[in-house]
Amino acid sequence: MSLLEIKNLSLSIMGTPILKNVSLTVNTGEIVAVTGESGSGKSLTALATMGLLPKGSTTTGAIQLNGQDLLTTSETDLCKIRGNDIGMVFQEPMTALNPVQTIGAQVAETIRIHGTMRKSDAMMRAAEVLTRVGLPQDKFPLSRYPHELSGGQRQRVVIAMAIALRPKLLIADEPTTALDVTTQAQILDLLADLARDYDMGLLMITHDLAVVSDMADKIVVMRLGEVVEQGETKSLLSNMRHEYTKMLFAASGHQVKLPEIPPSDALLSVRNVVRDYKTPRKTVFGSTGTFRALKCVSFEIRRGERLGLVGESGCGKSTLTRAILGLEGVQDGQITLDGDPVFMGKKPNLAVRRKMQVVFQDPYGSFNPRHKVTRLITEPFHLLETQPTPDERTLLIAEALTAVGMHPSDADKYIHEFSGGQRQRIAIARALIIKPDLIVFDEAVSALDVSVRAQILDLLVDLSAQYNLTYLFISHDLSVVRTITDRVLVMQHGQIVEQGVTEQVFTAPNHPYTQELIAAAPVLPDLEHLKA
Amino acid sequence: MIRYTLKRLTSLFISLAVASMLIFFVIEVAPGDPASFMLGINAQPDTVAALRAELGLDVPKFQRYLVWVQGMLTGDFGMSYTYRTPVSQMIADRMWVSLPLALYALTLSTIIAFPAGMYAAARRGRAGDIGVMGATQLGVAIPNFWFAMMLVLIFAIKLRWFSAGGFAGWDKGLDAVMWSLTLPAISLALPQAAILARVMRSALLDVMNEDYMRTARAKGLTTTQTLWKHGLRNALIPVLTIIGLQFSFLLAGGIIIEQVFYLPGLGRLVFQAISARDLIVVESVVMLLVFAVIVVNFAVDLAYAAVDPRLRART
Amino acid sequence: MNRNLIIGLILSGIAIFAALVSFIWTPFDHVLLNIPEKLQTPNGTHWFGTDHFGRDIFSMIMVGARTSIAVAFVAVGIGMGLGIPLGLWAAARKGSFIDELIMRANDLIFAFPSLVIAILITAIFGAGAVNAIIAIGIFNIPVFARVVRGAAMPIWEREFILAARVAGKNATRISIEHILPNVMNLLIVQATIQFSLGILAEAALSYVGLGAQPPTPSWGRMLADAQTLVSIAPHLALIPGFAIIITVMGLNLMGDGLRDYLNPRLRVART
Repeated sequence: MSLLEIKNLSLSIMGTPILKNVSLTVNTGEIVAVTGESGSGKSLTALATMGLLPKGSTTTGAIQLNGQDLLTTSETDLCKIRGNDIGMVFQEPMTALNPVQTIGAQVAETIRIHGTMRKSDAMMRAAEVLTRVGLPQDKFPLSRYPHELSGGQRQRVVIAMAIALRPKLLIADEPTTALDVTTQAQILDLLADLARDYDMGLLMITHDLAVVSDMADKIVVMRLGEVVEQGETKSLLSNMRHEYTKMLFAASGHQVKLPEIPPSDALLSVRNVVRDYKTPRKTVFGSTGTFRALKCVSFEIRRGERLGLVGESGCGKSTLTRAILGLEGVQDGQITLDGDPVFMGKKPNLAVRRKMQVVFQDPYGSFNPRHKVTRLITEPFHLLETQPTPDERTLLIAEALTAVGMHPSDADKYIHEFSGGQRQRIAIARALIIKPDLIVFDEAVSALDVSVRAQILDLLVDLSAQYNLTYLFISHDLSVVRTITDRVLVMQHGQIVEQGVTEQVFTAPNHPYTQELIAAAPVLPDLEHLKA
Repeated sequence: MIRYTLKRLTSLFISLAVASMLIFFVIEVAPGDPASFMLGINAQPDTVAALRAELGLDVPKFQRYLVWVQGMLTGDFGMSYTYRTPVSQMIADRMWVSLPLALYALTLSTIIAFPAGMYAAARRGRAGDIGVMGATQLGVAIPNFWFAMMLVLIFAIKLRWFSAGGFAGWDKGLDAVMWSLTLPAISLALPQAAILARVMRSALLDVMNEDYMRTARAKGLTTTQTLWKHGLRNALIPVLTIIGLQFSFLLAGGIIIEQVFYLPGLGRLVFQAISARDLIVVESVVMLLVFAVIVVNFAVDLAYAAVDPRLRART
Repeated sequence: MNRNLIIGLILSGIAIFAALVSFIWTPFDHVLLNIPEKLQTPNGTHWFGTDHFGRDIFSMIMVGARTSIAVAFVAVGIGMGLGIPLGLWAAARKGSFIDELIMRANDLIFAFPSLVIAILITAIFGAGAVNAIIAIGIFNIPVFARVVRGAAMPIWEREFILAARVAGKNATRISIEHILPNVMNLLIVQATIQFSLGILAEAALSYVGLGAQPPTPSWGRMLADAQTLVSIAPHLALIPGFAIIITVMGLNLMGDGLRDYLNPRLRVART
């Protein structure tokens, strides 16, 4: 008998069917990864197993834990099972912990709720568990509050809460999606270790195929609420039967061929740039401190060049982007475009600014929901000295929309009528419309599903050839940067620690930090090699 | 925590200083000068001059402001022109009616609102919730002084359980005082309780959507346990803000309710002073009310920090 | 349209309709004294009865609606007119000295409840509807400033604001073009609620004699007049009370309904 056996699980919420005949099994000591794009129903499968489905859900089928059907178990009994027999780790460590309780109390709560242990004993157990997940007492005492910990450390606390009673099954729902790549590697190692040590079944929900192929014993691929394919990792990878699985893996490792650029003069030049932020006063009458976000950063982009910038959160990427775009001044050094400074005195230089545009990460947050596409993508016209005539406007709008693969008639729609991928195309159209010399892509494909991401990458290559684009591509995703840029900068603690031709940096990194980053990033296995 | 307290304390003193200046200078802009305003148009010039001297109006404004503030700090609010008694004495007597009334009402409002809000949140969308919400909808629409009149009509005139007004006096003992303040406190508290219950409910509902509530459920806590152990304290943060604001409404509302019940509190004092044009009394009572509000909000700020460890750390 | 909105529109519609009609028609002259017919209970001639001077209460309620609505309306106007720009300004300069100054000034005004402001004004300039408007209006300024600032700050963090800045637009322009339309729903709902609070405040001020002065009829003063007569003629207190409750409840329901209608996730301060 399997530890967890989901049989023909169907779920609908408020009458809308979400899951259709999902079946999968998890055995003791086995790591099963459920993967798929957004809307595949993978997270709801996990929540159904926990019995934590949203209100208005109806289910058919069975979810058996050691033979007991959880769907027919009463809420009172489910409460005894949760935390005791099944533990769960969530995606967002920043919000998964109660901000007003100490971490010790929160871990001890799992222990106390399922037994009669005294508070002091439970706290001692909590200390042991926290030490086990990598939060030793000398550095992270039980009295710490969540806001005093980093994202990775908070995720460790969540894991400690989930495994405190050594459950038979651990469910992890995108446990590392919100974390940096080096932290991700540590958390994944911890989860795999725990599963092995405690002989737990681990049901892992993730969209990241590299992570899946790296650590799972079994893979379940889901799409629109259905399981399209499942099997042992090795055999599934070497012999994919379903088209969707093939497409998913192909899109994940999508490689593009950038058009060759002739060597040219420098377009953007960043010289010895320093940016300080004020930190809050330590005492009422004390002076404010400073935090140096950029420490003497220098680099340049040549015309026609595609430059990548990688680094983890807090490394200064965003600060640098803002400085380049002239949104904030800098304390020292200079940023010039075509020889003109982007920031003059206390004001941004409009003459330079009209030569730059930007595409942001969030396809949902980067448009004013109250305006139509026409108005949204023509916003950069504000920068022009002479406004185009109405006829020219119509023409330019049509051209920009066509260039990104949309239809000119889309101009009269509101942004909520479009999908995430379409929105990102519109964002690119907005950047293209004044034909800037430089475009900054700020994590522009990070929020997209892999299949959509592949399409946008293809679009970038097309546009590069068509418009001879120069861009700065900022991302935390190493595999994307590797294929879409000519040269790359690696940033850490406000400094550029390494730069060079992309392929060289990736194959032979010099700086220890670059080496660490590349080692930590999970990679898709070479599928051709597996088949052989 | 010390740093936070100090910071709040600094802003408390700044608020008090600015508020006292505002009040002082508003009184100063009275048509003519305070002395001729208080005596009216038919006053003899030598009476006005005498009052000017008594009020110290011949000294520069700024100096007078300092004298006023210094006086208040030492408990000397000046002499009432109409009653010829020290203002501090008059206020002290009335305070012992108004302050207990506000506190009584605040306690009642909290006692009613907390369970009502929690009950409604726990039964969201069900009959209990709809019932409580309907009642609060009515509660926020009822003017408290009208409600007071209705209470008098029913419980004092028809049923004769309470007296229709007046104050027993502290010498009659605590229970007599409580008895004479009960109807006024209820009429003040119910509309505020309706607001507070709504805030409590929506704060709890917001908190229920938080990720950490789901985490708690994943540990094996029941819905009720989650609400008690994780929801309540987090929901308290917005609720505290409202309680702080309510205190100022209760103090001010008390002024009106005192009219309905003929209570000898600050409200009656201030209205008598207005009709007698006794600016010194008006000025002092207003300053006192503002002082109370600012101090209560300071206390609420400290309560925030007690509830939320993030605040203790940040500032 | 939801149920709250419809009921709210109907209830507050009655008050507004009565106020408008009172300009051209009332059953009786609302100031006409008619001692022989004093203290009548509601009947066929005097639908809501008469008061101790024999004045027709129905007519007084109609004209009183005018006073209440006018005072509350102008007071909300003052609050929005000054509060919204201040709130937008504070949000655009978040964390700066100006932001701190605006917010501290707001806190300070909150320390003066509208009744206290009214007492100060009345003590010096005398009672009257205009002073009531000013007192309620001043208190509305920080309410709107706070709501706007609170709603605008998360919008300033959104990427479309960055995009507008990249397009070279300055803070004023962004505030008007991007921030204001996105907080408008919230403002409409808040305005409805402040309107209802304004009506309550006007009634309270008139009740204690700090609001509208005779002969201007006002619901609050009708209640003050009724106080000594409540045991012999309860309808004198009941009818103006119901008028206030119905109007205020109508506006509140309308606010709740609008909130759900415009956007279910709006946050409104109800204090």
